[in-house]
Amino acid sequence: MKLEVVLAARGPRVLTIDAAASIRVAVARLAEHNIGALVVVDAAGHPIGILSERDVIRALAAGEDALALTVGDLMTSPVIAATPADDAEAVLQTMTTNHFRHVPIVDHGVLVGIVTIGDLVRAQLIEVRGEVVTLETRLMDA
Amino acid sequence: MFDRLPTPYGLVRHGVAPDHQKIKAVTRGFAETAADPRFRFYGNVEFGADLTLCDLQRLYHQVLFATGAQSERRMGIPGEDLCRSYPATEFVAWYNGHPDYRDLAFDLSAETAAIVGVGNVAIDVARILCLSPQELRRTDMAPYAVEALTQSRVRDVYLLGRRGPAQAAFTNPELKEIGELAQADVVVHPAEVQLDPLSMEELARSGDRLLARKVDLLQTYAARPPAGRARRLHLRFLVSPVALLDDGRGGVGGLRLARNRLARSVAGTIVAEATGELETLMAGVVFRSVGYRGVALPGVPFDERWGVILNERGRVLDPETEKPVVGEYAAGWVKRGPSGVIGTNKPDALETVAEMAADAAAGRVLSPADPSRAALDALLAASRVRPVSYADWQHLDALEAAAGERAGSPRVKFTSREEMFRALGRQ
Repeated sequence: MKLEVVLAARGPRVLTIDAAASIRVAVARLAEHNIGALVVVDAAGHPIGILSERDVIRALAAGEDALALTVGDLMTSPVIAATPADDAEAVLQTMTTNHFRHVPIVDHGVLVGIVTIGDLVRAQLIEVRGEVVTLETRLMDA
Repeated sequence: MFDRLPTPYGLVRHGVAPDHQKIKAVTRGFAETAADPRFRFYGNVEFGADLTLCDLQRLYHQVLFATGAQSERRMGIPGEDLCRSYPATEFVAWYNGHPDYRDLAFDLSAETAAIVGVGNVAIDVARILCLSPQELRRTDMAPYAVEALTQSRVRDVYLLGRRGPAQAAFTNPELKEIGELAQADVVVHPAEVQLDPLSMEELARSGDRLLARKVDLLQTYAARPPAGRARRLHLRFLVSPVALLDDGRGGVGGLRLARNRLARSVAGTIVAEATGELETLMAGVVFRSVGYRGVALPGVPFDERWGVILNERGRVLDPETEKPVVGEYAAGWVKRGPSGVIGTNKPDALETVAEMAADAAAGRVLSPADPSRAALDALLAASRVRPVSYADWQHLDALEAAAGERAGSPRVKFTSREEMFRALGRQ
C-alpha cells in the first residue's frame, strides 16, 4: 500500500507553523486541533522541520522555560519526509526504528500531507481484516 | 440503493475476472441484505442525472456514496494516446460485458502485447490474453469478447514492473494461476528475479512468508524450461516505459523502456531508480494498468489530489471548514482510494456505518421534507427514469444463469440495457 492511499483515507489536514513562532503559540495550536505535531515550514511553504509534543515535553523536563522559546529552537530538523509513492509498510518500519510518530508528505517539493503512526497502523489493520474476509469467502464457498 | 447500471454488483460483475467465479460468491452475502423488506434497489438510476443530491436530501436522512474508482490514472509519457494504447480498465469492462463499454473495439491483431503494471488487474489482463478458446468458454465473459479473443493474434504478452519481484503488487494465487495455463508458458529472466541486497534485507527483517513464497515462485518460473505452448507470458521487472513508439501510422509499434535498479528512499521505501540504460520492446498493443482514480460526483466535495471524496472515517467533509457535512458519507474506493482486495471493503464499510450510526443516535441527520417511497417513485416517474428493481434483477439473473447452463458456462450476461428491458418485457 502506498502512502497516497493512506492520505486519501486520512483527509487533507496538515497543520504548519513558522520557525519564528513561539512555543506558546505552537502548544495552543496542538491543543486546539488535538494533534501531536506541527510541520515547520519556511516562507515558501517547504518543510524544514517538525515540532512534536515530545520536543516540548523534553524541553520542559530539562527545566527550560520552554514556552518562551521559539519553534525553531525545539523543532527536529532536518525532518524525514516521505512522498505519496512511498510504501506504508516501509515507512511504518522507519518510524518504529527511529522512534518518531509523524511523517510529512512532500510531493515534488510541496507539502501535501502528514501521516501518523496511528494512520499507518489503522490502514494496515483494515487491509489485514480485508484479506481475512476474502480468504474466508474463498474457503466457505470452496 | 441506486445504481446507474440496471444490474447490481458493480465491480464483482464488471471488474472481477470472468474466470474467477469463486470470488464472485461474495454477492451471496448481499443477497441476504436485499431480502430485507426495508431494502430497495433502483437500477438504471444515475446520480447527478436522474437523481440529484438535492433530491436525495429531500428523501433521506443519510446518503452514502460508494461509487468506486471509475477512471484510470495516466502514465504521463509520450505516445500514451497512440492507437492500440488502451486503459486496462476499459478492456476489463469490455470483456466483462459492461453496457457502457460493450461497443468498444480492441485491436488484437498484433503478435506482441505489453501491459504496464504488476497489480492484480494487470495480471488478470495478461492471463485473459493467454487463455485458450476452451478456457474462455468456461467463463462468464461476454460472448462478443470470447469471439474477439479467440480470433486474437497475440502470442507474446509482457507484464512490465518498475520495481523488483519483491515489490510486485500481484498476489500469490494470481501468480500461481499463470503457471498453470493450458496454452501459455511463463517466461521470467533469471537475473530480474534474483533478489537485490535491499529486498533480501527487507524479506529477512519482515519474515513475510507470503512474500518469500512469491519470490520463490518467480524463481521457479525462471528456472523452468518453456514447454513450447502456443503463447508466452513474460514477466519483466525493473523497467519503466518512458515512451510509446509510433509505428509510423499512428499506432503503437513498441515501448522505450528505461532499466531500473533499486534504492532506498529517505522514508525507507525500496524505490526504482533509472540506471540510464534504455531498451526497446517491440509491441503492437499496450494496456495501461498503473492505478485508478475516483470520479467527482455533482455537488459532493472531492479531493482532486487523491481522487476521493473528501472524508474522514467515511464522513464527507466540507472543504472550507473541514467539518463533516450532515447526512453525507462515503465507503469503498471513492472513500479510501484504490487499495486492498474485495474483502477490504467490509472493514472499510463497517467504519463508515459506525459513524452513520453514531450520527443517527446523536440526531445529526438531514431533515428530509418527504421521506417516503411514494415521493421517490413520483420523482422517478416525473423524470421518465425506468428503474430496475431487485425482483427484476433476480429475473435477469435467473435468465443469465439458465443461458449459462445451456452454454456450459457460469452465466451468459446481458450486456446492453435494451436486451435487459426486452427480457423484462419492458420495451
